[in-house]
Amino acid sequence: MGLDIAFWILAVIGIAAALTVVLLRNVFRAALSLILCFLTVAGIYATLSADFLAAVQVLVYIGGISVLIILVIMLTREVQRGSPSNKLQFPAFLVAILFLMVVAFALINTPWQVSALPPLEPTTAALAGKLLGEGGFILSVEIAAFLLLAATLGAIVLVREK
Amino acid sequence: MSIGLEHYLILSAILFSIGLYGALSKRNAIVILMSIEIMLNAVNISMVAFSRYITPALLTGQVFAIFIMVVAAAEAAVGLAIIIAIYRSRDTIEATKIDLMKW
Repeated sequence: MGLDIAFWILAVIGIAAALTVVLLRNVFRAALSLILCFLTVAGIYATLSADFLAAVQVLVYIGGISVLIILVIMLTREVQRGSPSNKLQFPAFLVAILFLMVVAFALINTPWQVSALPPLEPTTAALAGKLLGEGGFILSVEIAAFLLLAATLGAIVLVREK
Repeated sequence: MSIGLEHYLILSAILFSIGLYGALSKRNAIVILMSIEIMLNAVNISMVAFSRYITPALLTGQVFAIFIMVVAAAEAAVGLAIIIAIYRSRDTIEATKIDLMKW
Protein backbone atom coordinates (compact mmCIF):
# COMPACT_ATOMS: atom_id res chain seq x y z
CA MET A 1 0.00 0.00 0.00
CA GLY A 2 2.79 2.41 0.90
CA LEU A 3 4.59 1.49 -2.31
CA ASP A 4 1.45 2.29 -4.32
CA ILE A 5 1.15 5.77 -2.83
CA ALA A 6 4.89 6.38 -3.33
CA PHE A 7 4.65 5.22 -6.96
CA TRP A 8 1.72 7.51 -7.79
CA ILE A 9 3.31 10.55 -6.13
CA LEU A 10 6.68 9.93 -7.84
CA ALA A 11 5.07 9.25 -11.21
CA VAL A 12 2.99 12.45 -11.16
CA ILE A 13 5.91 14.62 -10.01
CA GLY A 14 8.26 12.97 -12.53
CA ILE A 15 5.94 13.48 -15.50
CA ALA A 16 5.22 17.07 -14.45
CA ALA A 17 8.96 17.77 -14.13
CA ALA A 18 9.69 16.23 -17.53
CA LEU A 19 6.91 18.31 -19.12
CA THR A 20 8.36 21.41 -17.47
CA VAL A 21 11.79 20.64 -18.97
CA VAL A 22 10.27 20.46 -22.43
CA LEU A 23 7.80 23.35 -22.20
CA LEU A 24 9.63 25.99 -20.14
CA ARG A 25 11.32 28.80 -22.09
CA ASN A 26 13.92 29.55 -19.44
CA VAL A 27 16.79 27.08 -19.97
CA PHE A 28 18.15 27.37 -16.44
CA ARG A 29 14.78 26.58 -14.84
CA ALA A 30 14.39 23.68 -17.28
CA ALA A 31 17.73 22.31 -16.02
CA LEU A 32 16.53 22.64 -12.42
CA SER A 33 13.33 20.71 -13.14
CA LEU A 34 15.45 18.13 -14.98
CA ILE A 35 17.19 17.55 -11.63
CA LEU A 36 13.75 17.03 -10.01
CA CYS A 37 12.90 14.53 -12.76
CA PHE A 38 16.15 12.60 -12.11
CA LEU A 39 15.35 12.58 -8.38
CA THR A 40 11.89 11.10 -8.94
CA VAL A 41 13.43 8.45 -11.20
CA ALA A 42 15.75 7.55 -8.32
CA GLY A 43 12.65 7.21 -6.13
CA ILE A 44 11.03 4.98 -8.75
CA TYR A 45 14.12 2.73 -8.62
CA ALA A 46 13.72 2.60 -4.84
CA THR A 47 10.09 1.46 -5.18
CA LEU A 48 11.35 -1.27 -7.55
CA SER A 49 13.75 -2.38 -4.75
CA ALA A 50 16.80 -1.44 -6.83
CA ASP A 51 18.64 0.28 -4.00
CA PHE A 52 22.09 0.37 -5.63
CA LEU A 53 20.68 1.85 -8.84
CA ALA A 54 18.84 4.55 -6.88
CA ALA A 55 22.11 5.59 -5.22
CA VAL A 56 23.97 5.51 -8.55
CA GLN A 57 21.20 7.59 -10.14
CA VAL A 58 21.62 10.29 -7.50
CA LEU A 59 25.42 10.20 -7.77
CA VAL A 60 25.81 10.08 -11.55
CA TYR A 61 22.83 12.03 -12.83
CA ILE A 62 22.19 14.60 -10.11
CA GLY A 63 25.80 14.90 -8.97
CA GLY A 64 27.47 14.68 -12.38
CA ILE A 65 25.36 15.22 -15.47
CA SER A 66 23.12 17.96 -14.03
CA VAL A 67 26.12 19.95 -12.80
CA LEU A 68 27.71 19.57 -16.24
CA ILE A 69 24.53 20.78 -17.97
CA ILE A 70 24.18 23.80 -15.67
CA LEU A 71 27.88 24.63 -16.19
CA VAL A 72 27.42 24.61 -19.97
CA ILE A 73 24.27 26.77 -19.70
CA MET A 74 26.29 29.28 -17.70
CA LEU A 75 29.18 29.15 -20.19
CA THR A 76 27.03 29.70 -23.27
CA ARG A 77 24.77 32.51 -22.00
CA GLU A 78 21.69 30.81 -23.41
CA VAL A 79 19.40 31.87 -20.55
CA GLN A 80 18.56 35.16 -22.22
CA ARG A 81 17.70 33.60 -25.56
CA GLY A 82 15.46 30.92 -24.03
CA SER A 83 14.53 27.67 -25.71
CA PRO A 84 12.07 28.38 -28.53
CA SER A 85 10.54 25.61 -30.59
CA ASN A 86 11.48 25.06 -34.21
CA LYS A 87 9.17 24.71 -37.19
CA LEU A 88 8.58 21.02 -36.47
CA GLN A 89 6.72 21.59 -33.20
CA PHE A 90 3.36 20.24 -34.34
CA PRO A 91 4.71 17.20 -36.26
CA ALA A 92 6.94 16.40 -33.29
CA PHE A 93 3.93 16.53 -30.97
CA LEU A 94 2.02 14.26 -33.34
CA VAL A 95 4.91 11.77 -33.54
CA ALA A 96 5.27 11.69 -29.75
CA ILE A 97 1.53 11.14 -29.18
CA LEU A 98 1.39 8.44 -31.87
CA PHE A 99 4.43 6.71 -30.36
CA LEU A 100 2.89 6.84 -26.88
CA MET A 101 -0.42 5.41 -28.12
CA VAL A 102 1.21 2.56 -30.05
CA VAL A 103 3.51 1.63 -27.17
CA ALA A 104 0.71 1.81 -24.58
CA PHE A 105 -1.53 -0.36 -26.78
CA ALA A 106 1.24 -2.95 -27.17
CA LEU A 107 2.06 -2.89 -23.45
CA ILE A 108 -1.51 -3.34 -22.28
CA ASN A 109 -2.26 -6.15 -24.73
CA THR A 110 0.87 -8.21 -24.01
CA PRO A 111 0.43 -11.10 -21.56
CA TRP A 112 3.50 -10.56 -19.36
CA GLN A 113 4.93 -13.60 -17.57
CA VAL A 114 5.11 -11.92 -14.18
CA SER A 115 7.14 -13.93 -11.68
CA ALA A 116 5.75 -14.46 -8.19
CA LEU A 117 9.18 -14.47 -6.53
CA PRO A 118 9.92 -11.67 -4.07
CA PRO A 119 12.53 -9.13 -5.23
CA LEU A 120 16.14 -9.64 -4.32
CA GLU A 121 17.37 -7.14 -1.74
CA PRO A 122 19.83 -5.73 -0.96
CA THR A 123 21.06 -5.83 -4.52
CA THR A 124 24.59 -4.43 -4.18
CA ALA A 125 26.43 -7.69 -3.47
CA ALA A 126 24.41 -9.58 -6.09
CA LEU A 127 25.12 -6.87 -8.69
CA ALA A 128 28.84 -6.99 -7.91
CA GLY A 129 28.76 -10.76 -8.43
CA LYS A 130 26.96 -10.26 -11.74
CA LEU A 131 29.33 -7.58 -12.97
CA LEU A 132 32.68 -8.91 -11.78
CA GLY A 133 32.11 -12.56 -10.90
CA GLU A 134 32.44 -15.84 -12.77
CA GLY A 135 30.37 -15.94 -15.96
CA GLY A 136 29.37 -12.30 -15.52
CA PHE A 137 29.78 -9.11 -17.52
CA ILE A 138 33.47 -8.52 -16.80
CA LEU A 139 34.40 -7.89 -20.45
CA SER A 140 31.60 -5.29 -20.73
CA VAL A 141 32.85 -3.63 -17.53
CA GLU A 142 36.32 -3.33 -19.05
CA ILE A 143 34.91 -1.94 -22.29
CA ALA A 144 32.83 0.57 -20.29
CA ALA A 145 35.96 1.74 -18.47
CA PHE A 146 37.70 2.19 -21.82
CA LEU A 147 34.68 4.10 -23.18
CA LEU A 148 34.73 6.47 -20.19
CA LEU A 149 38.46 7.09 -20.68
CA ALA A 150 37.93 7.80 -24.39
CA ALA A 151 35.00 10.12 -23.64
CA THR A 152 37.01 12.05 -21.04
CA LEU A 153 39.94 12.49 -23.45
CA GLY A 154 37.58 13.46 -26.25
CA ALA A 155 35.86 16.09 -24.12
CA ILE A 156 39.21 17.57 -23.06
CA VAL A 157 40.44 17.72 -26.66
CA LEU A 158 37.16 19.29 -27.86
CA VAL A 159 37.06 22.15 -25.34
CA ARG A 160 40.81 22.88 -25.32
CA GLU A 161 41.82 26.40 -26.38
CA LYS A 162 43.71 26.39 -29.65
CA MET B 1 -5.67 -1.91 -7.50
CA SER B 2 -2.06 -2.54 -6.64
CA ILE B 3 0.63 -1.36 -9.02
CA GLY B 4 2.29 -3.84 -11.34
CA LEU B 5 4.60 -4.09 -14.30
CA GLU B 6 2.23 -2.26 -16.66
CA HIS B 7 2.19 0.86 -14.49
CA TYR B 8 5.95 1.20 -14.64
CA LEU B 9 6.03 0.50 -18.38
CA ILE B 10 3.34 3.11 -19.08
CA LEU B 11 5.23 5.64 -16.93
CA SER B 12 8.36 4.83 -18.92
CA ALA B 13 6.50 5.24 -22.22
CA ILE B 14 5.10 8.63 -21.15
CA LEU B 15 8.53 9.91 -20.10
CA PHE B 16 10.05 8.61 -23.36
CA SER B 17 7.38 10.40 -25.42
CA ILE B 18 7.99 13.66 -23.57
CA GLY B 19 11.71 13.32 -24.25
CA LEU B 20 11.05 12.48 -27.90
CA TYR B 21 8.89 15.58 -28.32
CA GLY B 22 11.57 17.73 -26.72
CA ALA B 23 14.38 16.27 -28.80
CA LEU B 24 12.46 16.79 -32.04
CA SER B 25 10.92 20.21 -31.42
CA LYS B 26 13.59 22.29 -29.66
CA ARG B 27 16.15 24.65 -31.14
CA ASN B 28 18.50 24.92 -28.19
CA ALA B 29 21.10 22.14 -28.34
CA ILE B 30 21.35 21.96 -24.54
CA VAL B 31 17.59 21.37 -24.24
CA ILE B 32 17.85 18.65 -26.90
CA LEU B 33 20.56 16.95 -24.81
CA MET B 34 18.37 17.25 -21.71
CA SER B 35 15.47 15.61 -23.56
CA ILE B 36 17.79 12.76 -24.59
CA GLU B 37 18.71 12.27 -20.94
CA ILE B 38 14.99 12.01 -20.09
CA MET B 39 14.60 9.36 -22.80
CA LEU B 40 17.54 7.34 -21.42
CA ASN B 41 16.03 7.53 -17.94
CA ALA B 42 12.69 6.28 -19.26
CA VAL B 43 14.38 3.28 -20.86
CA ASN B 44 16.20 2.59 -17.58
CA ILE B 45 12.90 2.57 -15.69
CA SER B 46 11.48 -0.08 -17.99
CA MET B 47 14.71 -2.15 -17.73
CA VAL B 48 14.55 -2.12 -13.93
CA ALA B 49 10.81 -2.86 -13.96
CA PHE B 50 11.36 -5.90 -16.20
CA SER B 51 14.17 -7.02 -13.92
CA ARG B 52 11.93 -6.65 -10.85
CA TYR B 53 8.79 -8.32 -12.20
CA ILE B 54 9.89 -10.86 -14.83
CA THR B 55 13.23 -12.16 -13.49
CA PRO B 56 13.51 -11.00 -9.84
CA ALA B 57 16.42 -13.32 -9.00
CA LEU B 58 18.67 -12.60 -12.00
CA LEU B 59 19.18 -8.79 -11.93
CA THR B 60 20.16 -8.71 -15.63
CA GLY B 61 17.98 -5.67 -16.25
CA GLN B 62 19.73 -3.74 -13.52
CA VAL B 63 23.13 -4.60 -15.06
CA PHE B 64 21.85 -3.24 -18.39
CA ALA B 65 20.66 -0.09 -16.60
CA ILE B 66 24.15 0.42 -15.16
CA PHE B 67 25.71 0.17 -18.62
CA ILE B 68 23.13 2.60 -20.03
CA MET B 69 24.12 5.05 -17.27
CA VAL B 70 27.80 4.71 -18.24
CA VAL B 71 27.02 5.40 -21.88
CA ALA B 72 24.75 8.32 -20.91
CA ALA B 73 27.52 9.89 -18.83
CA ALA B 74 30.01 9.54 -21.71
CA GLU B 75 27.44 10.93 -24.16
CA ALA B 76 26.67 13.93 -21.96
CA ALA B 77 30.37 14.75 -21.51
CA VAL B 78 31.18 14.57 -25.22
CA GLY B 79 27.94 16.27 -26.29
CA LEU B 80 28.38 19.21 -23.97
CA ALA B 81 32.03 19.54 -25.04
CA ILE B 82 30.88 19.69 -28.68
CA ILE B 83 28.31 22.36 -27.73
CA ILE B 84 31.02 24.47 -26.06
CA ALA B 85 33.30 24.08 -29.09
CA ILE B 86 30.49 25.12 -31.47
CA TYR B 87 29.60 28.08 -29.26
CA ARG B 88 33.23 29.21 -29.34
CA SER B 89 33.51 29.10 -33.11
CA ARG B 90 30.00 30.19 -34.17
CA ASP B 91 28.65 32.09 -31.13
CA THR B 92 25.34 30.23 -31.15
CA ILE B 93 24.03 26.83 -30.11
CA GLU B 94 20.74 26.92 -31.98
CA ALA B 95 20.44 23.59 -33.75
CA THR B 96 18.74 25.24 -36.77
CA LYS B 97 21.65 27.65 -37.28
CA ILE B 98 24.40 25.02 -37.05
CA ASP B 99 24.19 24.08 -40.73
CA LEU B 100 27.83 24.11 -41.79
CA MET B 101 27.55 20.66 -43.36
CA LYS B 102 24.09 21.17 -44.82
CA TRP B 103 24.07 20.78 -48.56
